[in-house]
Amino acid sequence: MAEYRTKTDWAFEIFNYILMAAIVFFTLFPFWNAFVGSFNKGIDFARGGVYFWPREFTLSNYIAVFQNSRILSAYRVTVLRTVIGTILSVLVCALFAYAFSRKDLVGKNLYGVMGLGIMFFYSGLIPTYMIIKRLGLINNFLVYLFPHMFNFFYVLMMQAYFKENIPTSLIESAKMNGAGEYRIFFSLVLPLSKPIIAVMLLFQGVWHWNYYKDALIYTTKPELETLQLLLMKVIRTAQQSSVMAQAAATAGTTSTSVQMATMMVATLPILALYPFLQRYFVKGIMVGAVKG
Amino acid sequence: MFDPIKRLSYTIRLKSEQFLRQLSLQSMILPGLTLMAIFEYWPLYGLIIAFEDYSIIHETFFEAPFVGFAHFKEFFTDPNALRVIRNSLGINLIGLLVAFPITIIFALLLNEVTVRKYKRFVQTVSYLPHFVSWVIFIGIVELMLSVDNGVLNEVLMNLGLIKEPIFFMGRADYFWPLAAFTRLAKEMGWGAIIYLAAMAGIDPQLYEAAIVDGASRLQRMWHITLPGISQTIIILFILRAAQSIRWGFQQIYMMQNPVNISMSETIETYVFKTGLQNLRFSYATAVGLFQSVVSVVLLIIADQLSKRLAGKGIF
Repeated sequence: MAEYRTKTDWAFEIFNYILMAAIVFFTLFPFWNAFVGSFNKGIDFARGGVYFWPREFTLSNYIAVFQNSRILSAYRVTVLRTVIGTILSVLVCALFAYAFSRKDLVGKNLYGVMGLGIMFFYSGLIPTYMIIKRLGLINNFLVYLFPHMFNFFYVLMMQAYFKENIPTSLIESAKMNGAGEYRIFFSLVLPLSKPIIAVMLLFQGVWHWNYYKDALIYTTKPELETLQLLLMKVIRTAQQSSVMAQAAATAGTTSTSVQMATMMVATLPILALYPFLQRYFVKGIMVGAVKG
Repeated sequence: MFDPIKRLSYTIRLKSEQFLRQLSLQSMILPGLTLMAIFEYWPLYGLIIAFEDYSIIHETFFEAPFVGFAHFKEFFTDPNALRVIRNSLGINLIGLLVAFPITIIFALLLNEVTVRKYKRFVQTVSYLPHFVSWVIFIGIVELMLSVDNGVLNEVLMNLGLIKEPIFFMGRADYFWPLAAFTRLAKEMGWGAIIYLAAMAGIDPQLYEAAIVDGASRLQRMWHITLPGISQTIIILFILRAAQSIRWGFQQIYMMQNPVNISMSETIETYVFKTGLQNLRFSYATAVGLFQSVVSVVLLIIADQLSKRLAGKGIF
């Protein structure tokens, strides 16, 4: 509908558009600057003044990254934990959520109370560490997969989706036709729930890719080091790390420029997928927000 | 006649028959239930060591000598420990009083963007940092704030606002606001989603009527949009306030350095260091238990408050 705009309205409008543009700029600029820096000769970057475009273009930072065996090993560990961990986690949560969404499930209240209990009371870092140690999961790749595999928040989101989108009558008729629960789950429920499954895969995938606390606490072996843990050590030790110094031995690079290249390599999978995935993220959080 | 025991046994028989008939459905619960039991409920029983002098030599949680509340007493009388609580609360207070309202203002302003494509673009960009890891986000923030040719210092110096570069990461007194603002920068866009969803649910007729009555943009924001999301604001504020004793480990640990440690040590990082680096298992467990109990108490208070103020609980 047509609306009358006062001068203040126009002033506000202009101010608002500029402010939003500024927010976009300040959000993107730091990433862009690190991206540019990763393509700039390290020694030249250290002189300052490189903002929007490389001054002395080079690929040597990336060559240094891809020649560093420790970075490559960390990349492999991270990819493995993300792929395996995400799939297993979503499978376990989806199975639980499907059963939990069924009215006739015996013990439903008990399971619900148990799930909510873990959401509201955290037993603490040390007791959890003790259990993990007793299970022999210290310095074991499996520690990346199991402790966080079950997430009751995801269960709640998925079961809300199942309840809303899969009519009970459909499940009933599948049963009448002799389909077992697993058959119903895999060939009826999952195909009908692609959006929510996609959201869960994405949430869990991003989480696995980004998390470093478990690697920090439960591992000391270099071959189990994840990308984020490696980067954490490098950045926290004020860019003095031997890794980067060693990697920076390539002509013209510095530890900072190699660090920027490593950060780019570590963010790339997320940034590359982001434009395609972001609509699912929003859908996902809406499901959570409405039901939560 | 009504016989409770008979009735109970009848219910149990009925339920177990039902249970046996749905074994395959129950088997779907099993993996999740097992994981929950092992990684969430088993550690609960390890909390007992908060009241003991437990060390690596002990095989089970019950072998160590019982010391009662000694570790809690030690924690509350140690000035270092009190500093840790103060830091946790301080960072949260800034987050609650500054970052929380800014997120709402951002959502309000974004909602006023009328060109839909532009709005979607801004929103998409705004929650991008949410998906970047803390390690990389802090890494990039530190590059920006760096003393030697960090962009911020260079710009400020070129504008003539400062003469010497500021060592942002090396000032203990900057740490609280820096931590709160770094999180705001990372999570503002993501946090705004829930408000934007609430705004989308406001009846458009209200706006139309306001336009007919000659209300300006700002008046409409103030008198329609803001009241329209007030319930969401109250609930989120209470929820946030209930978490005042925690602040994400991954961010704080990344931002810590020897210079800012007096202001940057929070309960989470303190538990990690005393427990797993100095191996004071019992003491660290006690500190962690204190934090968990306070969290639950705050959450219960929050739920009651929410019922009273917003008309519905948070659970």
